[in-house]
Amino acid sequence: MTATAEIETSAVVKRPSRYEEEAGGPRTAGMVRAGWLFLLPFLFFYVVFLIWPVIYMVITSFFNTSMVRTGFGSFAGFANYHEMLTKPEFWSALWHTIQFTIYTTPPLVILAFVFAVLANRVTHGQWFFRLAFFVPFILPSAAIALIWNFIYTPTTGLWNEFQTLLGNDAPSPVLGTPSLAMIGIAVTTLWWTIGFNFVLYLAGLQDIPRELYEAAAVDGASPWQQIRSITIPMLSRTTTLVILLQIVASLKIFDQVYLMTQGGPGISTQVLLGLVVNTAFTDYRIGAASAASVLLFIVILLITLIREVVVRAQERRAA
Amino acid sequence: MYWNLFGGGDGVRMIAMQDAYRKSPGAAPLQAATFSWGNPYYTKVSLATVGGAPPDVAISHLTRAKNLANANLLAEVTDDMLSMVGLSPSDFNQKAWEEQKVNGKTYAIPLDTHPFVLFYNKDVCKKAGLLDGSGNLKPIHGKDGWEAALKAAKKVTGAYGASVATVGDTSTPWRWFQTLYSQRNGNTPWLSDGGRKLTYNKELTLDTLAWMQSLTKSGLMPPTTDYAGAETLMFTGKSAFYLEGEWEISTAEAVPGFKFGIVPIPTIYDKPAAQADSHMFVLPRMNRSEDQTKRAMGFVKFLLSQSMTWAQGGHVPAYLPIKNSAAYKKLLPQANYAQAANYAVYDAPAWYSGSGSNFEVIVGAQIGLVLQGIATPEEALDSARSQLEIYARTESPL
Repeated sequence: MTATAEIETSAVVKRPSRYEEEAGGPRTAGMVRAGWLFLLPFLFFYVVFLIWPVIYMVITSFFNTSMVRTGFGSFAGFANYHEMLTKPEFWSALWHTIQFTIYTTPPLVILAFVFAVLANRVTHGQWFFRLAFFVPFILPSAAIALIWNFIYTPTTGLWNEFQTLLGNDAPSPVLGTPSLAMIGIAVTTLWWTIGFNFVLYLAGLQDIPRELYEAAAVDGASPWQQIRSITIPMLSRTTTLVILLQIVASLKIFDQVYLMTQGGPGISTQVLLGLVVNTAFTDYRIGAASAASVLLFIVILLITLIREVVVRAQERRAA
Repeated sequence: MYWNLFGGGDGVRMIAMQDAYRKSPGAAPLQAATFSWGNPYYTKVSLATVGGAPPDVAISHLTRAKNLANANLLAEVTDDMLSMVGLSPSDFNQKAWEEQKVNGKTYAIPLDTHPFVLFYNKDVCKKAGLLDGSGNLKPIHGKDGWEAALKAAKKVTGAYGASVATVGDTSTPWRWFQTLYSQRNGNTPWLSDGGRKLTYNKELTLDTLAWMQSLTKSGLMPPTTDYAGAETLMFTGKSAFYLEGEWEISTAEAVPGFKFGIVPIPTIYDKPAAQADSHMFVLPRMNRSEDQTKRAMGFVKFLLSQSMTWAQGGHVPAYLPIKNSAAYKKLLPQANYAQAANYAVYDAPAWYSGSGSNFEVIVGAQIGLVLQGIATPEEALDSARSQLEIYARTESPL
């Protein structure tokens, strides 16, 4: 990666540019103003639809805000947080969210890597594999949920028929069995989103200079040694990025659960965002839902920080 | 714009009623949308109303309509509005009419009452000697009568006497319990003061739960069966009786060659009572012109006049001109249990109560555990209480 970066940088510097003088010259006040002007439309939407809602969420989490009444409602202090932290549903939803993350992150990272390496070795018709892995990702979650609900249909669905074929006379319905439902959702998600990580890895792979492999081959390295000593280290930054994106995406799980099981059977697949939606829009309790959201925010923040610390430690060890 | 939540047979009949409206003289253009029932439906109605784009008329359960009204999401239905289309409060089942009022004001117009009832398999009951000369179920009275009937039936079926869902469904165990509990003298509503207080009668609750558990422990009723499973037991003659809301009539009628009857739940304790809810028409809050109001009310009136179609799905019409008609009295087995609508018991009002609500989920799950023999009545009540107390302490968002 470092090698590529250097090559790229030098290439940029060497490329003759008509705008070289402008780009390198001091920024004038006019340019700064123009910059802000270009940013303005985006900034407006960013503030209105992201920054302000976050601030609003933090404020309302301290109030008994109701969806059907105007204003913030009465001051609740930490009551909403206390309620959430002492509520079994909250902990169960948090655990299901983490459970889903544990189920999906390793396969989504490892399988995406494996498939990318394999696809990268294909010389003819690589476009087909790229397409095949990426197509599910462009489908909306509703379509995915429908397809997999068909597959998981008790008795007549593809998966249960397959099990019957293998000699299991009464296969348990995947989405109807508490211990299996979350696995079913995880498999669906794996199929749906692996394409994104796959493409990131493929891009990373194509950035690795061929010469490295050629040199390794000359030195007599086997393909497996090449993967271990060249591919994996050279992709370490891609891997870090993929893992982080994947963890954050998995913690934000909502659509698949809402569409496939509505949190059921019972509350065995209810995830934190599902709880937030129910509290806010079914129970009308925006305040309590905000508190739960802030808590999820803190969890995601903590995980990101832990990852950061780990990466720093790794880098220090490497250096 | 008209929103409803009817699926299955109800959905088909509602569409037939809407089509009849479209063909009727002077009908306004009708755009009807059906959503899957339960919390998501009420969420949609609430958000649409808060967002200023609600349907003109919507269906709501009575117990849910009260919360919508408390949340100021519904327009009041005045007597003037009723008389605009020739209706008056006395046209409706008075139990449902009085029950729907919030602070003495009307916010919902009842379409029906759907009580918890007793289905029976005629072939099994006949063999068990439980039918009278004309092929109807002989009246059952008291705990002894119920146990005797179940024992006689169990001898015929070789499996169970009666079945009711105990797993995978929290509403049904609650309906079964609430029916029995409400039959007892001295019962008090589970919740009062808008849900801020838990006011159930502890002694009666524990005693009722213990008796319900004794039925599953002795093998007269199955301890572990889900909604469809309990129903299939009766269809296949493995149980003589099945307890559920009357809407299951459509499912029972679809079973080829299956002969069944329906009666109100027998009076097992002191007085007749049956857990129930009602489907209501509500007018979500919006600025309506006189004309719009008239159109909306005209639509409601027309659908009420189609109550005969609706009654085929089992629901007891709330609109008395139809319910008291000769045609309805001839509609069997519907007319046999119509009286249950007069002693219907609705879930106690609270922002977390109503059909399919958190309240039913919490209490129903615990009753399910009692029926399965996993929890003692005391354990179940303690658990339900501690979960409900969280809601009772929480300030109502309405």
